[in-house]
Amino acid sequence: MVQYSRTGFDASFAALSDATRRGVLERLGRADASITDLAEKFHMTLTGMKKHVGVLEQAGLVTTEKVGRVRTCKLGLRRLEEEARWIERYRQLLDARFDELDKVVEEQKRKEKVDGRKKRE
Amino acid sequence: MDARRESEPTPMKNHTTAERKSERELVVTRTINGPARIVFEAWTKPELFKQWWVPKSFGLSVLSCEMDVRVGGRYRLVFSHPAAPKPMEFFGRYIEVTPHSRLVWTNEEGGDSGQVTTVTFEERGGKTLLIMHDLYPSKDALDDAIASGSTGGMAETFEQLDELLVTLGASVGQVK
Repeated sequence: MVQYSRTGFDASFAALSDATRRGVLERLGRADASITDLAEKFHMTLTGMKKHVGVLEQAGLVTTEKVGRVRTCKLGLRRLEEEARWIERYRQLLDARFDELDKVVEEQKRKEKVDGRKKRE
Repeated sequence: MDARRESEPTPMKNHTTAERKSERELVVTRTINGPARIVFEAWTKPELFKQWWVPKSFGLSVLSCEMDVRVGGRYRLVFSHPAAPKPMEFFGRYIEVTPHSRLVWTNEEGGDSGQVTTVTFEERGGKTLLIMHDLYPSKDALDDAIASGSTGGMAETFEQLDELLVTLGASVGQVK
């Protein structure tokens, strides 16, 4: 599970390794836009922009919706899906933390036992 | 001695739950195999805390960990992830410190929208039930935290990405 989320993580970084894609995110942060708008703003062909948006979509950084003939792009996943994923990621992080905490507590318990024995001797 | 240690049965792994309890609250629970006194120590002694708060399984490493655990005392944690452009910083102050039962601190790295974290330690038959409660100042603050991908940990890198995007905004501006 951790592996899965790290893969998503890496996909996000890969998506962000490109200057145009970072620019697209920055722009979508200000307002939603159609692929045509984006292609114009970045002086690109529609096909080129579609590819970039596709990478961002794969990484879960952008979501698109087609209404009529226009495909609108916006930041982020659909709300509920996004929230469920976030909570699961948060849970995984804390779960990993608490697994480590269990180890630290085990170690402290062991130390106390040893110290207690020493004191009695 | 190590051999003996390895032959000891591994305690069963406990389950961690996480839930959005309300528009402004997140609650995480987990039972730890040890008395509250020791578990509390692991939360309040920096040399112990840094051994577990930043899980290596997430590729994170601790750069520094300062904790002044008393009411009004401040903490500051810095860790790094190989994929993050720069180290991640977390800081705030303790607003309640009740030995072996309760810790409350603020999270101030995000400005005013940061949550207040309350951790309670309930000992039951030699084990400790941890309840970690995050209270955000508003529904929007929690919604925004979710939207930004920030989880106070590995996905914090997304926050760094937001910053990166802001920085890049300058160069992107030239596209106009």
